[in-house]
Amino acid sequence: MEDKILEKKTILRKSFRIKFNDFVRAGEVSIAIQDILKNIGFTPDFIKRVSICAYEAEMNMIMHGGDGDASLTVQEDKVILEFKDQGPGIEDLDWAMRPGTSTAKPEHLEMGFGAGMGFPNMKTNSDILYVDTAKGKGTYVRMEFMI
Amino acid sequence: MGLRLAEIVKILKAKIITGNDKLNIMIEFACASDLMSDILRGNVENCLLITGLNSVQTIKTAVISNISAIVLVRDKEPLQEVIEEAKKYELPFLSTPFTMYTACGRLFSKGLKGVDGRQDTRKKNYSKEEFQDKV
Repeated sequence: MEDKILEKKTILRKSFRIKFNDFVRAGEVSIAIQDILKNIGFTPDFIKRVSICAYEAEMNMIMHGGDGDASLTVQEDKVILEFKDQGPGIEDLDWAMRPGTSTAKPEHLEMGFGAGMGFPNMKTNSDILYVDTAKGKGTYVRMEFMI
Repeated sequence: MGLRLAEIVKILKAKIITGNDKLNIMIEFACASDLMSDILRGNVENCLLITGLNSVQTIKTAVISNISAIVLVRDKEPLQEVIEEAKKYELPFLSTPFTMYTACGRLFSKGLKGVDGRQDTRKKNYSKEEFQDKV
């Protein structure tokens, strides 16, 4: 699945490291992605959709996933976000996709997270959401946004 | 329609923490929540965010969602790291002595609308040709 991305003409590709439990820098990758898209000149609404998805995925990784990598790929017809971690994986993905379900800890709630809207928000704002995960095998999330 | 940030400051008897230079901006809509994912879900660009969440994530969420200004309710003293973050992203940041409910009521009665029923323009993208021109 991951290799197929490279088959199309790629205009830009940028990778980021995300650190587990790094709440001080949490959100900075998404804001960097937002800046790149602004510089390219996408519409504010399109940028917002991509940044919200990036932010939700980034926060998920920081709160639940573990250390991992994120990437932004701009192709001729779409923008792709990928998030991959080696964390504990998601045991019941259907459950995690349901609005309002959350495994957030009290410290996450204190920061305003844990509303259980992460995956539902990603689903609403992306055109394609692909999640590959299993308990103990980490999580790979890919979102595509058609231009 | 809407209110200038300076009027919002008056209505909420608010203290201006950052954004003294942006008191002229017009704000038409407001949203209120302590849950950041709920904010991200809403159609909240150019809104005033009314929140009790005194955390750097409030600022990050506002930047991601294109929020115009933030007001912290219940007379909370903003944390230094939150102030620094607001300065970094040049986001106007206020603090009001009112509770969230009262702050919302005062602003609503002066014409600041909620986002319910606000037209969602998020699905509008470039056409492929327009995009090709940009790159």
